[in-house]
Amino acid sequence: MMEPTRYRLASNTRASAFLAFSSIILVLMLAALPAVAGRGLIQDLIFVFYMLALAQCWNLLAGYAGLVSVGQQAFVGLGGYLLFALSIGSGIDPIAAVLLSGLIAAIFAVPTAFVVFRLRGPYFAIGSWVVAEVYRLVFAQFKQLGGGTGTSLPPSVTNEIFGIEWVKAAFDVRSPAARDIITYWIALVLAAGVLWLAYLVLRSRYGLALFAIRDSETTAESAGVDSFRTKLGVYVLVAAATGMIGALIYLQKARISPDAAFSVLDWSAYVIFVVIIGGVGTIEGPIIGVIVFYALQHYLADFGTWYLILLGALAVVTMLFAPKGIWGYVAQRYGVALFPVRRVLVRPDE
Amino acid sequence: MLETRGLTAYYGDFQVLYGIDTTIAPGETIAIIGANGAGKSSYLKAITGLIRAEPASVRFEDRPIGALGAANILKLGIAMVPEGRRLFSSLTVEENLLIGRYGRDTDGIWSLDAIYALFPALKQRRTVPSHSLSGGEQQMAAIGRALMSNPRVLLCDEISLGLAPIVIRDIYDAMPRIKQNGTSIVLVEQDIVQAMKVADRVYCFQEGRVSLSGRPAELTKDQIHLAYFGR
Amino acid sequence: MLWLGTIIEGVLLGGLYALFAAGLSLVFGIMRLVNLAHGDLIVLAAFAILSLTTWLGFDPFLAALLAMPVMFAAGFVLQYVLLNRTLGRDLLPPLLVTFGLSIVIQNGLLEVFTADSRRLRLGAMETASIDLGGNLAIGVIPLLTLGSALAVILLLNLLFYRTALGRAFRATSDDLEIAQLMGIDHHRIYAIAMGIAMLVATIAALYLGIRANFDPTIGPARLIYAFEAVIIGGLGSLWGTLAGGVIIGLAQTVGAKINPEWQILAGHIAFLAVVVLRPRGLFPRALD
Repeated sequence: MMEPTRYRLASNTRASAFLAFSSIILVLMLAALPAVAGRGLIQDLIFVFYMLALAQCWNLLAGYAGLVSVGQQAFVGLGGYLLFALSIGSGIDPIAAVLLSGLIAAIFAVPTAFVVFRLRGPYFAIGSWVVAEVYRLVFAQFKQLGGGTGTSLPPSVTNEIFGIEWVKAAFDVRSPAARDIITYWIALVLAAGVLWLAYLVLRSRYGLALFAIRDSETTAESAGVDSFRTKLGVYVLVAAATGMIGALIYLQKARISPDAAFSVLDWSAYVIFVVIIGGVGTIEGPIIGVIVFYALQHYLADFGTWYLILLGALAVVTMLFAPKGIWGYVAQRYGVALFPVRRVLVRPDE
Repeated sequence: MLETRGLTAYYGDFQVLYGIDTTIAPGETIAIIGANGAGKSSYLKAITGLIRAEPASVRFEDRPIGALGAANILKLGIAMVPEGRRLFSSLTVEENLLIGRYGRDTDGIWSLDAIYALFPALKQRRTVPSHSLSGGEQQMAAIGRALMSNPRVLLCDEISLGLAPIVIRDIYDAMPRIKQNGTSIVLVEQDIVQAMKVADRVYCFQEGRVSLSGRPAELTKDQIHLAYFGR
Repeated sequence: MLWLGTIIEGVLLGGLYALFAAGLSLVFGIMRLVNLAHGDLIVLAAFAILSLTTWLGFDPFLAALLAMPVMFAAGFVLQYVLLNRTLGRDLLPPLLVTFGLSIVIQNGLLEVFTADSRRLRLGAMETASIDLGGNLAIGVIPLLTLGSALAVILLLNLLFYRTALGRAFRATSDDLEIAQLMGIDHHRIYAIAMGIAMLVATIAALYLGIRANFDPTIGPARLIYAFEAVIIGGLGSLWGTLAGGVIIGLAQTVGAKINPEWQILAGHIAFLAVVVLRPRGLFPRALD
């Protein structure tokens, strides 16, 4: 009788070890960038980082957990307004406020989830959009935060960010540029953090549960997955991250209004576009997507409506002919995975 | 009239038919028997265009129809009574019958009145939503729905499944009237007895291949048993 | 007495929302398609009517009549060529394709017509009203709107339950595979359904344009009201959609009465309340 071969389940490939090493190097290099880069580049990179972070968040919700939300702008705006409220109203340092915003957004996410999870599929998408509209309309009522026209961050907040004096001295810049540099570092940390968080979640048992729910919720439940709690977990986690990102965005912009903070175009449409073009359901996809989007934005945004028509048409064409996006096409063709999250059966001799 | 030559079929990557050769002459009644998973339903689905097949592997009146879609197959005059009845749940009995005419509205003997004459039980329940019918009534309605298109070939997929013997008998009693019209009938059944009684010829499938064929009278029990089970 | 006026106003507004929603309900019921461009298609129809009134000098009602076959054809082609390809098991493609389409339509309209506010002019009839006595008056146009909504839903129900095409719609919605087996060409059926939805959208556009100013960007808001009505009403029920529209209209009007700034918010709250209490809607089809 033959000895039964002992297989094991592994999600490491050689690429992932290389990845871990090279990504740490990359983050360090990016952190050192303000020493040599001009203010324009720093601001552009802040945009790239927060769009990437938002895209990874949406991807986690929709591409993995199957929760297609058109209402993430609720948490972006919430995070932005929390930043303003905490730093102006309570005098909390903006950096701490960013973290707190995430925490408070997570708390808001729980009752929100209880409402929107009553709906499934396309109904969930619309429901999440309505909820975001409710957030917008409610915040427009708060006169203390500027009501419908919004408000700005006063210098007492923007000039007093923790570490700003050190940055001004170290890089020999004035307050506005120093603020940008600090914001840049926060954005870098957030983007890298969300990316790694997504990677870790998906490699864990939690991630397996997500895949199962995405593929077939009823089957997953019969296999013992508590789909409600799993979905709630992702939703709250993503809301926390999105809240922090929203706080960061409005720390940089220093001016907030309900229509901007809860804009479905800026914080849902563009984000969804990034994920689709890059490749939904992959971690690498949004990275490619944000690069493409940045390039389009940089060169074509001046064309106003034609630019948007192009974006819309691109989204339609991509969905029809390359539904897995650029990365999806590449990965399928060449069998590559930078962030390997799928499990493979490995023979003992491999 | 309707023949398959070397018919192969797949569900995704999984092969279910490995080269089926069958012929059905006009007016013939054929029984297809075999165990669960032998490929009988897949055979019917390949003919009706629900799963893909090579164009030349299915021929109707010498024309290759293997690649045609389901809607076009019906227009040619090949109608199916699907496994599990599959009536339209938001339609009444009569509406289910009427929809049978939608895709192919030709002259022929089968009209609402004719169907009600064939299955009187349906006439009483004509305005009832189809999901509240009994199993036997649903089966009658499904057969009636297929007949309304006045098909040249009627394919019946496991019409005795889940029905009481007396109900099965009632349904099979209707077969002679359908045959009378010159319609060819293909009966796919797990339950051999009834099918063999009305069939002119029998094919037995086993694991996606034809394991036996012939006239019922000429086949012995042992032969059938072997062909059915493989041992 | 003041409240009676508000309620009547709310119900009449509900008629408009029911018109927005009816086409959406039809399409979602038959093919489970969530058309995120529906609101923008209504706006497109409004601009089509506007163009006809400007070029040909027709009054809006006649222009709408002329626009209807054009919109039917547009819907048919859109479905046949584009949207049919997105339908299948996956949720994302139809959502995203129609999302992209929404952006294209909005910005296309902006390019051609600019962001200026427009209106369909009727002259005296715009403000005509019927006096009910006791300080109560109903606007003629809102009344016509509700009447049209009732007529449309009645006709659609007749189509669904008394015609062969309607049977085909229902059968395809019940069981696509077996419908194909019955010889129903679902590509054509879906395209016809979308065409009909566009016919209804044109009627909705007519009343939208008469009642208030419109510009290329108001599509998404109308879409939300339409969807709220459909979801409240329940899948597969056109009368449910009417009820949904009336509920949203009432909520908005009552909310506005309490505080004008709360109008839209009140509608959303009513929607969310129904969602929490009855996720499948008030009158869902028995099975699904």
